[in-house]
Amino acid sequence: MNRSLSGHLPLLESEAVYVLREVAAQFERPVLLFSGGKDSIVVAWLARKAFAPGPVPFPLLHIDTGHNFPETLDFRDRFASQMHCTLVVRRVQDSIDQGRVQEETGLSASRNVLQTTTLLDAIRELNLDAAVGGARRDEEKARAKERIFSHRDAFGQWDPRNQRPELWNLYNGRRNPGEHFRVFPLSNWTELDIWQYIDAEDIPLPTLYFAHRREVVARAGVLLARTDHIRLQPDDSVSVRTVRFRTVGDATCTGAVESGAATVADIIRETAAARLAERGGRADDQRSDTAMEDRKRQGYF
Amino acid sequence: MDLLRFTTAGSVDDGKSTLIGRLLFDTKSIFEDQLEAVAGASRRLGEDRINLALLTDGLRAEREQKITIDVAYRYFATPRRKFIIADTPGHEQYTRNMITGASTADLAVVLVDATRGVLTQSRRHAFITSLLGIPHMVVAINKMDLVGYAQSVFDDIVRDFGLFAAKLTVKDITYIPISALEGDNVVDPSSRMPWYQGGPLLSRLETVTGNARRNTIDFRFPVQCVIRPNQDFRGFAGTPVSGSVSAGDDIVVLPSGLATRIKTIDTPNGATTRATSGEAVILTTTDEIDIARGDMIVRRKNLPTVARQLDAYLCWMDGTDLAVGRPYLLAHTTRRVQAVVTGIDYRVNVDTLHRDPAKTLAMNEIGRVEITAADSICFDSYRLNSATGSFVLIDPATNATVAAGMLRGEAQEDVVVAAPDSGSPSTAKVSAGVTWQDWNIPREVREAQQGHQAAVVWLTGMSGAGKTTIARAIERRLFAEGRRTMLLDGDQIRHGLCGDLGFSAADRAENIRRTGEVARLFFEQGAIVLCAFVSPYAVDRSRARGLMPEGRFVEVFVRADLETLRSRDPKGLYARASEGQLDQFTGVSAPYEEPSSPELTIDTRVTSADAAAELVIAHLRELGVIGHQRG
Repeated sequence: MNRSLSGHLPLLESEAVYVLREVAAQFERPVLLFSGGKDSIVVAWLARKAFAPGPVPFPLLHIDTGHNFPETLDFRDRFASQMHCTLVVRRVQDSIDQGRVQEETGLSASRNVLQTTTLLDAIRELNLDAAVGGARRDEEKARAKERIFSHRDAFGQWDPRNQRPELWNLYNGRRNPGEHFRVFPLSNWTELDIWQYIDAEDIPLPTLYFAHRREVVARAGVLLARTDHIRLQPDDSVSVRTVRFRTVGDATCTGAVESGAATVADIIRETAAARLAERGGRADDQRSDTAMEDRKRQGYF
Repeated sequence: MDLLRFTTAGSVDDGKSTLIGRLLFDTKSIFEDQLEAVAGASRRLGEDRINLALLTDGLRAEREQKITIDVAYRYFATPRRKFIIADTPGHEQYTRNMITGASTADLAVVLVDATRGVLTQSRRHAFITSLLGIPHMVVAINKMDLVGYAQSVFDDIVRDFGLFAAKLTVKDITYIPISALEGDNVVDPSSRMPWYQGGPLLSRLETVTGNARRNTIDFRFPVQCVIRPNQDFRGFAGTPVSGSVSAGDDIVVLPSGLATRIKTIDTPNGATTRATSGEAVILTTTDEIDIARGDMIVRRKNLPTVARQLDAYLCWMDGTDLAVGRPYLLAHTTRRVQAVVTGIDYRVNVDTLHRDPAKTLAMNEIGRVEITAADSICFDSYRLNSATGSFVLIDPATNATVAAGMLRGEAQEDVVVAAPDSGSPSTAKVSAGVTWQDWNIPREVREAQQGHQAAVVWLTGMSGAGKTTIARAIERRLFAEGRRTMLLDGDQIRHGLCGDLGFSAADRAENIRRTGEVARLFFEQGAIVLCAFVSPYAVDRSRARGLMPEGRFVEVFVRADLETLRSRDPKGLYARASEGQLDQFTGVSAPYEEPSSPELTIDTRVTSADAAAELVIAHLRELGVIGHQRG
């Protein structure tokens, strides 16, 4: 337990370390899903601590939509080498080229849904039996019901009505060939916990998280970064504003917030006072009330 | 720790989700956009105000049926505390989810609908709260707005609930009248119930002692994995689930029993000198001994029970009923062993708490069972230590988690013995195990002081085979080495302790039972106990074996053929038996069941008593009971 951490953070850290060690003990070919976002950075950070002085016993896997912010990719490569982790990248573009998926068309076209196929193909190709992710239960209603060790059938699907009971700290990772688990060591963390931990541990983050000047497109109440991946519409208003991102995902659907928070301490103050949910800027979640559940059932992150 | 985990339970429509929505809403834990989404969903469902339950009912099926079907975890914080809520469903078919949510909770909020009173489900939830050892319970009597905020309704429910709760083990119960819908006594005190003097629910949640379940005394460290980055470092990663340990402490690795000392303690944030429960650490030891996942590191002077025969409460959680006699996988701490439920003592009727006979347990049923595991597990009773007293069963065919278990202790083994009067077999409960904590000075401490371990050497064979002669030779050698010893033989025991017994099968069984118990007492005192008994029945010998931990009972078959025995016949017994003067004489007029797998077999036609004694002593050294001969 980190004695420099205060309040309940030492408990959360120890719990996450325990879960990561269970992954190493119960699975043969686990991988850590790494997006370059703060949650997966924290998971990788915890994994480094969980196994020190040994190496992290699993590689990082990035599913690249091809629509990433360049800052994220730079950060990803640097961070992986700092953590002495092997980095494996699989690309949605390859899935499109191979005819595995079809690019969405239309105004709100996104590669977000397409990632699921690329991810499941990678799990099959690499014969993975566990994929550790940074998802938290406070993010979204469907995630609030997910187990820490979450079973996926041979088609990668989640069956929310038939989850294995998870009692005490006894995690059941038994599976048949072809099945795998998603494991979520940060299940009990909230967005504020993550930021406080990043602050206490001085964890490096992509610059996107901090306030910067950027050209943005205001569309349906969401501010999207102006990138090559966005097709401008006649009634889009484009302007340069001081913004930051609360999540770092696909550039086509990750909304920015106007903010002057330039340091982690600023962000903690802002998060504590926030009146909008973290994923509120995620256009992908707003497709319907149960958009997340529907995607998760099919094997989404 | 400013973290409280609590669970909520109630019947369908008692208003749990609304209560949680209210807690989140009134503590300003809901974001504006989430609230807007819920407001929109409420309008689409045709409701005239915001349905707070929609904040927590996450899954599509739940929103359609307006019920909660799975455990949902919710988080909120006040300036005083962070809270983790396990929101669990109330319908009977999903009781397993309540057990899941309750397994980690410090407090349970049990909802009772004021318009309906204490229902079967309320009782079930209270019972589960008690069974899972949740230290605090709050009974939230909800929908007070629908009964005109009447004190009489509240008082009646408190009385009904109290009558049932008196049979439970939860000591701390608080009753609070609330209206989740209107917000009375949830976060803010209600002005509509002036007759209620207590505080609102939130102030109870903020002030109750958290983490009361954790056992701070008994150090238990289940090994998760071994960290070995190079030749110079071999660490054992894990989290002490109870108690604490310091560098330099004497420890024992179970179930192997190997002893060593803590060398270093590393945390994710650097080296330290002491690890307490809940802290993920890596331990190293001063000696290179074999330690692997599934082992438990404990203090040498504070040991858990190590046993294969288990007595437990079992909550069945699967659609396929429990199959008695079928192997399951038992997951306990980081250890996985095969296990068979050998019997169901009773099923608990959770409405009346009556004990009903049962042949199986179906989904959501709770029973007291006996389990035999293929390998020993190291545990404490759930009541004393929930971390080492809990387990789950996994169906090896489906990999599903099918049951949750709470250990009570070591099983009382059913042994069939003949009743002395009728001669017909009856079932007696006989303690099959050694509960080390029961002894004022634990055997391990005595062993450490005297420098060798305790053991029982059981010599069996027909009369005149040479058992006592060999036993005496062994004891003299051990005594000369400075070992603590005791010798028990048939003549001695039958003259005193068993003077009331004859030679019928039943009396022989009782004779050996008493001998086994006496041997165990000397064993617990640290002695190497030499028992020389004909003990003709395999079942009697195996029961004596069951009293000692594995590896500490050495069965020695002292063999000689009947012809040799007749020619020796030191007491003239064979001659008298052949003449029909002795009834039930083993080998002549009563059976002798040869041991099927004794630790040692000694044929006294070819092996002298001294050579036999050397063989036994060599075997004791091999087991580690005694070390090399003292110079």
